[in-house]
Amino acid sequence: MDNLLSIVTFLPALAALILALFLRGGDAAADRNAKWLAMIATSATFVISLFILFQFDASNTGFQMVEEGTWIMGMNYKMGVDGISVLFVMLTTFMMPLTILASWDVKLRVKEYMIAFLLLETLMLGVFMALDLVLFYLFFEAGLIPMFLIIGIWGGKNRIYASFKFFLYTFLGSVLMLVAMVAMYADAGTTDIPTLLAHEFAFADFEVLGIHIVGGLQTMLWLAFFASFAVKMPMWPVHTWLPDAHVQAPTAGSVVLAAILLKMGGYGFLRFSLPMFPVGSEVMAPLVFWMSAIAIVYTSLVALVQEDMKKLIAYSSVAHMGYVTMGIFAANQQGIDGAIFQMISHGFISGALFLCVGVIYDRMHTREIDAYGGLVNRMPAYALIFMLFTMANVGLPGTSGFIGEFLTLMGIFQVNTWVAAVAASGVIFSAAYALWLYRRVVLGDLIKESLRTIQDMTSREKWIFAPLVVMTLWLGVYPAAALDIIGPSVEALVGNYDTAVAAADLGGPTVAEANH
Amino acid sequence: MISADLNIILPEIVLAVFAMLALIGAVYTGKDKLAPVLVWASAAVMLVMALWIGTTGGQDQTAFWGMFTDDAFSRFAKVAILLSAAVVLLMSEGYMSRHGLLRFEYPVLVLLSVVGMMVMVSAGDLMTLYMGLELQSLALYVVASLRRDSERSTEAGLKYFVLGALSSGLLLYGASLVYGFAGTTLFSGVIAAATEGHMSIGLLIGLVLMISGLAFKVSAVPFHMWTPDVYEGSPTPVTAFFATAPKVAAMGLFARLLFDAFGGAIADWSQVVALLSLLSMFLGAIAAIGQRNIKRLMAYSSITHMGFALMGLAAGTEFGVQAMLVYMAIYVTMNVGTFAFILSLSREGQPVTDIGALGMYSKREPGKALAMLVLLFSLAGVPPLVGFFGKLYVLQAAYGGGLAWLAVAGVIASVISAFYYLRIVYFMYFGEEREDALDTGGSPVLWGFLMVSAFLMVAGVVNLFGVEGAAAAAAATLVN
Repeated sequence: MDNLLSIVTFLPALAALILALFLRGGDAAADRNAKWLAMIATSATFVISLFILFQFDASNTGFQMVEEGTWIMGMNYKMGVDGISVLFVMLTTFMMPLTILASWDVKLRVKEYMIAFLLLETLMLGVFMALDLVLFYLFFEAGLIPMFLIIGIWGGKNRIYASFKFFLYTFLGSVLMLVAMVAMYADAGTTDIPTLLAHEFAFADFEVLGIHIVGGLQTMLWLAFFASFAVKMPMWPVHTWLPDAHVQAPTAGSVVLAAILLKMGGYGFLRFSLPMFPVGSEVMAPLVFWMSAIAIVYTSLVALVQEDMKKLIAYSSVAHMGYVTMGIFAANQQGIDGAIFQMISHGFISGALFLCVGVIYDRMHTREIDAYGGLVNRMPAYALIFMLFTMANVGLPGTSGFIGEFLTLMGIFQVNTWVAAVAASGVIFSAAYALWLYRRVVLGDLIKESLRTIQDMTSREKWIFAPLVVMTLWLGVYPAAALDIIGPSVEALVGNYDTAVAAADLGGPTVAEANH
Repeated sequence: MISADLNIILPEIVLAVFAMLALIGAVYTGKDKLAPVLVWASAAVMLVMALWIGTTGGQDQTAFWGMFTDDAFSRFAKVAILLSAAVVLLMSEGYMSRHGLLRFEYPVLVLLSVVGMMVMVSAGDLMTLYMGLELQSLALYVVASLRRDSERSTEAGLKYFVLGALSSGLLLYGASLVYGFAGTTLFSGVIAAATEGHMSIGLLIGLVLMISGLAFKVSAVPFHMWTPDVYEGSPTPVTAFFATAPKVAAMGLFARLLFDAFGGAIADWSQVVALLSLLSMFLGAIAAIGQRNIKRLMAYSSITHMGFALMGLAAGTEFGVQAMLVYMAIYVTMNVGTFAFILSLSREGQPVTDIGALGMYSKREPGKALAMLVLLFSLAGVPPLVGFFGKLYVLQAAYGGGLAWLAVAGVIASVISAFYYLRIVYFMYFGEEREDALDTGGSPVLWGFLMVSAFLMVAGVVNLFGVEGAAAAAAATLVN
């Protein structure tokens, strides 16, 4: 199969098209067909995407399974994967069938719901595979449309506010990246990502409006990309759209948002900021470190006082993404390995936590922590699964959450001990809010009258969690499964980065030198 | 000699003769009963002309000693003008006859204004420029007040006329200064005068006055005041017409004047056009937020879009012209679809323009709501829809022309303008269902144009239907 990547990417869109064109009627049968078609399409996508993993050669640090075709404006339709992107592709295809399964009880406009999710899958996969700047932007931005509709149509009470905030916030971030892309095209004369990775953007200092810019063009471009990815990540202080979006989105929407959409920011840093603008990254790294450290501590503290479970998990996501940005810009093997690992593992864990909230929300229709308590008495299976993912979220050794946090902390420690010290305190805070949440919701006596008749998880719900449990534990005890795939590509990335920074000779101790 | 010249302007002659015959024929026979036939016939003639111009004519040529230019640029603009005018005529027929507005003068006036537009984009002389412009404008003033018994419509016509006359005055005054200082009205002569070292101060003032006059025609800020009132007051099919063909013609003329006559002094006008672009983008984006009437909203939206198209011109490069042409082609396609949607909105047969009335429209008309959703996101410039590529083009042009600040300002304006497009989506998809719901069904013609337009916005991502190549060829002949 020469165009495996395109098949994987566009299979869900094809299913969406079939749904849109051929499924008629709004009765229960039509709804059931829509669900099954979406389920089959996402599962088939996952199965086919396994071939990508089988064919993938980890020792090759270049792009693999590349497809190319001419497009407009001198751009190319070009897709490919490397060690950095392949696991994100797998994460996406893995999570989507679970998301569809978790939406089995949706009653409102089922057909449109499934179409939105299928289109979203295509667009997310495209982001991770695109090897053309504009193609990447296209997929990256287009994802806003289905997500806007998912939050706006199937969301909670305050969904209008959340959907507009989500759209405009992220749109504003990305358009600056678009201008930067135009500038890159003007500078390098191509939008081809592999060529741009080899292109050296100017880094001579210059002045803009009287401000001296160290790192020149690279720093400017870096900042424009940063505006986009930092919002997407999201990093403190531009994270405020995330809690709103999460709280208002339907469960499946939250899962996709936390598990996959947030990873686009981290992926963008690894694909563009770090390798294309090494000097810019080097100049701005301290800013990122401290923003990450603040994010970890501040949002953990904010999470501690939340009354709404989804909001709590949303803030915990921001904190965990803080480890990721910190690890990426540490720009050493452990830091970046850890960042990618953390993103993959956070995909499983946060997805599972939102599903956990979804399980009890479906029963009680509230996310207030105070409305619960003592669930262990009636829902032992639920209590067990929730505990596992709470522990994974805290970063307990043996779960995948530990590996990511540990590696990123190790990476940053070699570069900036103070940041590492501050960030490490986040581990304690995360234990505090996560365990306290668990204590208030699950443990204790069942004193709430309304909870007396609550039922434990159905077998459908258990099946949703089973693959997530397996992945979390497997990656926790055998992280090499992922790290062996990531490793060589990251090594090449770090090597190029160090060379570029050393050649730029910025003066003063740099991150790259501290690594040696 | 004269026969060769006439041969070059044959499309314009055919249209003008057809318009006059139609006028005489209708006056002496059925009058308004003939109107539907005339509409279809005029649209057919324009489509044939578009096909003819689009497929024939290889080499560039001039007629009447350089006063009239027939080149790839003018052909591109003419095809866009003819197609959009024909489509709008077809869309108006049902609506106008339902509301008793369909008079036989309507297609005739549209035809005459189209002839004017075709002359405008082919102008090679200040005289030709003015002739074309006035023919177009006079016909438009009349169609704006087509609904004679409506205060709004007559007000729109009068406002348009008075302000239009003022802008024509500015333009003429500028033209006379240009003539005085260049010694000729031919563009080829003016460009020679402009390239001799610096442009003289008289020419410069003339240039600025002419730009002001043209900025009025493309409704660029600060010459935009008439746009919302005229858009709102005119009957909706006329608004649809205003938003499409005349805009292409005015932008075409703008480009022609700037490059053919003042191409030697790009630095002199680039800043002016950049400022017009900046102001238009922001004013359009911000002022539209408060609008509840969808026609007024589209007026401000078109101001923003003209700002983006001007961004391409401001770059002052060949790529900039290409970007402008692609942008205009995309803009016209989106607007045709959007106005097909607006025309189809009615409640108990009466037209509706309040966006609040769209509450939960997606439940009643899922297909139309989806098409409109696509168009709105395209208007906002969100990928993967074609509207995004128009924006990408002008951004590239602006950056390449050294106007990086304008590109940054442009994308920020596009985020602001995304808000009001999203608000329409909000009404259609997330809003409250209303008691007084809008009618369903409606004209299949409008439905068809809406669907085709939305489909083009999605399918165009593959290759933009080759508009790129044609626009590149057109830009190459203009800028050389």
